Formats: sequence, structure tokens, C-alpha cells
Amino acid sequence: MGELLLVEAVNDALHVEMERDSSVMVMGEDVGRAGGVFRATAGLRDRFGADRCVDTPLAEAGILGSAVGLCMAGFRPVCEMQYDAFSYPCLDQLITHVGRYRWRTGGKMAFPLTIRMPYGGGVRAPELHDDSPETYYVHTPGIKVAIPSTPADAKGLLAAAIRDPDPVVVLEPKVHYRSERAEVPEGEHIVPLGQARLAREGDDLTLVAYGAMVPLCEKAAEELAPEASVEVLDLRSLKPLDEAALLASAAKTGRVVLVQEAPRTCGYAAELAAVLAEKALLDLRGPVLRVTGYDVPYPYWQIEDAYMPSVARVVDAARKLLTF
Amino acid sequence: MAQVLPAERDLRRVIGDGESVPDGEVDGLAEDDLLALYRSLVLLRTYDERSVVYHRQGRIGTYAIFWNHEAIQAGSFHALDDDDWIFPSYRESAIGLLRGMPAATVLSWWRGHPSGWWNPADYNVASICVPIATHVPHAAGLAWGKKLKGEPGCAIAYFGDGATSEGSFHEGANFAAVMQAPAILLCNNNGWAISTPITAQTRAQTLADKAIGYGMPAARVDGADVLAVYEATREAVERARAGGGPTFIEACTYRCAPHATADDPSVYIDAERVEQERANECVGRYERYLQRQGVLDDALMGEVKAEAADVMRAGIAAAEAEPPADPALLFEHALVDPPDSYSTDLAELRRILGG
Repeated sequence: MGELLLVEAVNDALHVEMERDSSVMVMGEDVGRAGGVFRATAGLRDRFGADRCVDTPLAEAGILGSAVGLCMAGFRPVCEMQYDAFSYPCLDQLITHVGRYRWRTGGKMAFPLTIRMPYGGGVRAPELHDDSPETYYVHTPGIKVAIPSTPADAKGLLAAAIRDPDPVVVLEPKVHYRSERAEVPEGEHIVPLGQARLAREGDDLTLVAYGAMVPLCEKAAEELAPEASVEVLDLRSLKPLDEAALLASAAKTGRVVLVQEAPRTCGYAAELAAVLAEKALLDLRGPVLRVTGYDVPYPYWQIEDAYMPSVARVVDAARKLLTF
Repeated sequence: MAQVLPAERDLRRVIGDGESVPDGEVDGLAEDDLLALYRSLVLLRTYDERSVVYHRQGRIGTYAIFWNHEAIQAGSFHALDDDDWIFPSYRESAIGLLRGMPAATVLSWWRGHPSGWWNPADYNVASICVPIATHVPHAAGLAWGKKLKGEPGCAIAYFGDGATSEGSFHEGANFAAVMQAPAILLCNNNGWAISTPITAQTRAQTLADKAIGYGMPAARVDGADVLAVYEATREAVERARAGGGPTFIEACTYRCAPHATADDPSVYIDAERVEQERANECVGRYERYLQRQGVLDDALMGEVKAEAADVMRAGIAAAEAEPPADPALLFEHALVDPPDSYSTDLAELRRILGG
């Protein structure tokens, strides 16, 4: 298929999966006529009709709540939440129903819906267009969560999410929607949930990241190259977590720095640190360190660079650990 | 666009008072239909009264009482076909019985036992919805899906007066209307959301007025008049099937019992009003109607009540005979495709429990 932008890879996945399975429908705010505010759903309405790519009322709980009913009617809805921080109203349905309904039916009814949304900062946007809400989703039982960092993974993880029999949330790093083109397999392409990717091999220290923090960690690894051999593990799937890949890399390098854009406290890195404390303690040569957003509201964009984990902060943490 | 103005202000009634207000009748209801309605009313009433007893005996957990709401549930139910989906709140916990669900299943649900699970598709009855109004979008979505697939069937969601203050009610109603989904939103306005009276819930003159804002037709009925509820729901179902979209029905009744077994309404409710309402409760009103029509005598009444009592006796016995729930059920049904942690967590739990 050649080289695609990340947002084009999302669009490609939607085209392929809707072509393959007539029960897949896309619904959300501005997804039809406009093709989504980022054009992730461009062309779907023309190709598949207004009943399969639906411009919904502006109501995130209504979108996800009606998607629950659509699942009961035999559909596989793919719900777009227009932005990370606009997804919060949908947490009502996510927590009270989406993650619980299957259990409530004793496993008799499946809810194969997908929620996808752009997430993260660094795009000089107004307030509440910048959040990294993954922890809310990961913390909700009955929900799976994936976050791609490359165009190929954006296609493959979304396709896996759509085909998954359980509810899956896919967060797409909007800062990289159009940052770079990369090779994306043509036609059907699946990246199974729960399989991490070694973005860069190294021996001395592991940077663990997902989504927009992966390219950042790759840059940090490059900067550290003269002094240390740094591995970068791209988790791709937060739930289920590829624990084996995490533990293998920790065992190999003995030094782990966890990098996330979300605020620090109870963030996903805290969960990873707990897993490492439980299962990798004797492999570690130093403390598990975190580089994260701060425990403050996501700031206005003139000072967002100070909030975001940077190459300099990752390099600084790595050096602390390398000289521990 | 469907005609939505004005919403009805007067409550529709069919059943008279046996004195100055004459009885009406509903077209197309034969004697058998009238008696079927009666059986449903009695089954629900018996279920409710026995459940309160079972709770006091410690045989079920906290229970949401629906005494004097039976006419709303049975009346609307009888206007549905088997293809139609029901989305109950906890106030309609036993409505599945009218579709043949075993009483033991619902009693198990109130016992907090996983044998209270059911497959919604077996009965076209969704799981009991606890968080207020959050099932209204589900009904809208299912009805919309039926319409997209060209399948027969509509969806009815039951909720209370307090639910109309929730965002989910608004979003669900709006979705149903925008998608012209074959849905019925049935509000049982019993005047109270636990201790909060309807006057503290809304400044709207009637809840049916809210439908106007959605471009949705509405009806107001006397919720203690099973025939009025039946007739209004039948009209809504016919509209839905004809492609006319959703209808809002406000069925007015009065909550004559505590909100639930854990509630003590004596601190907020008007006891005199409760006594008046209890004297005119919905099952007795229908009994007197049927007697005036000459289709119900004491013998049949006794027979119907005895049958319902048997259903409950068998139901509680079956629920209590369920073996303790296996801890594996914590994990078994949460996901189709479970993570590895489920099996390791269960193995460790079994080791600690010594199982």
C-alpha cells in the first residue's frame, strides 16, 4: 500500500473492516459529512452510506449508550470520541455498562464495540484538546485498551479492536496523525492486542512507552547512544499488557524508565512499576523511574512544552539510573 | 414531522369508579385478554408482596418495591409482541416473568447470586438497569438497530420521574427521536425519587411536556388504570411500527410503599395521602372493573392468586436451592477473551480458600 500518515492508516483500517464485515458501523460527531475533524473517517459515508457512517447528535454518553443497544441488535459499532477530554461523558456508560454488561448476562451476550479517539498534547490546541485519559479506561474492568505509535500499528491495532469480541478503546496520538509517513501493509492487517513491539534494541537500559512517547523515547535513546545502549519497548496494548515482553526487557537491561504523557499519580506507569516490583525485583540494578506529565491540569499551550515529557527529561532520568 | 403539540394534560382513564364515573372500554380486548391482563397484574403484585416478606425473612437482599406500579408494567407489557425488547429499571425487576422468565432467576438477582443472570436475547428483556436512566440510550440504540436492519420489533424503556432529570434520559430520548427509532419511553411518575418530590425535580408542568423538546409525541395516563396504560402503549407501539418514531408516555401513579426495603418514608411522605392512594390501588381497581363487567368472580380471583402464590413458593425454593456461587464466576464471564491474570488470580484464590 505504501507509505501512509497515521491518520490515513486509521482511515484505511476503517475502510477495510467495513468492507469485510457489514455489521461494522462508524458513529460519532462529525464523522460522516465532514469525515471527522481530523478526517480519520473521510470517505466512509460516501462509500458505505449514511446509515453505516453516522453523524450523531453531540452527546458522548448517548453515542456509547446507543452503541450498547446496537450491539444487542447485532452491530459492531466503532464510536469516535472527537477528542480525549470530550470523551469523559462517555465514561458514565463505559463504567456502568460497557465493561459490565457481558458479566451481567453470565457471558451470554457480547459487546464487540470499539471506541477510538485522538489523544494527547503538543498540538497547540485550546484547553481540553490535549488530555491523556488512558488510565480511566485501563482501570475499568471489562475494557481493553490499545495505543499505537506508528501508522502500521494504528491500522493493525484498530482492526484487531474492531474484530475483538470485547469492548476495546483505541487512543490515537494526534500529534503524530500527520507527522510522518511510514509503510503500512495493504488490505487486511492485524496487530494482535497484548503484543508489545521492540522499537529499538539495547542492553543497558529500557525505556518503556506507548503512543506519542515512543518516538520521543527513540530520540532520547539516540541521544544517549554515545554513552549507553538503550532499548525502547513500545507496549502498543495497555490492557492486556504484554507482561512477558516487559519482564524480558527488564531482565536484559536491569534498568527501566517508564515514560507517559499523562499525570503521574496512579498513571499507567505506576501499574508498570508495580508489576516490575512484584516480578522483576532481582533483575533490577536500580529503582524504576518515571518520566510523566505533572499532577496539574493540562496547561495552556504556551507552556505545554514545559509540562510534556521531553527528550531532555528522559535523558536526565536515564542518566540518573545509569549512574545509580 | 409528527404532531407533538400540545402534550396531553389530562390523564387518560378507561376504568370508572363504579359510581359517577362510567367505565370505558378498549377496542379489541376480548374477555380472555382482560383476564390475561389480570393474571399479569396479580403475578406482579404477588411477586412484590412476597419479595418484601422474603426480604424481612432475610431470604433476599435489599429490594426495590413496586407496589401500585403493576398496572403500568402489565398494561404496557400486554401492548407488546414477543419481538419487542424491554429495558427494565430495578422498579420493573419482575417484568421478565411475564415473558416466561422463572421467578427464581429474578429472586436470585435480588439474592445477589449469579444464577440471577439471564441472556437478554432469550426473553428480549435486557438486564435490570440500576444506574438511573442509563438504559434509555440502550433502548434507543436497539430500536435504531432494528430499524437499520429492517427487523420487526421496537424497544420500551421503563424509568421513573427522577430519571427525567438525568443526562442519560435526555441523550437517549434525543437519539431515539433523531434516529426516528421505534422506541417507547415509559416514565412511571410516582411522585417521588426516594425522598425528593416531583416538585423538586422539575419546573415543567408535566413530564410529558419534555417530549415536545425532542419532537416526540407524548401521552399522559393514569398509571393505576391498567387499561389506559395498555391503550396508550398500544398506540405508541403502532406508531413505532409504522415508522413514526418514539413516543413518551407519562404514567402517573403514587408511591404507596418505601422506595426500597432499606428506605423509611415516614420522615418525608404524607401518610394520609398514602392511605388514600392505597385505597384506590391499581389491582383492586381492575378487579372491581372486571367484576362490574361480569368477567371475574371470587372463585376465579382465588384461583389466579393461588397460582401466583405457587409461582413464588416454587421460585424462592429454587433460588434457595442454588449452590453457593463458585469464585470462578468472578472471572469467567467478564471478557470473551480473558487475560492471563484471570487464571493466575483464580488459582491463587483457590489455594488461599483451600478449594
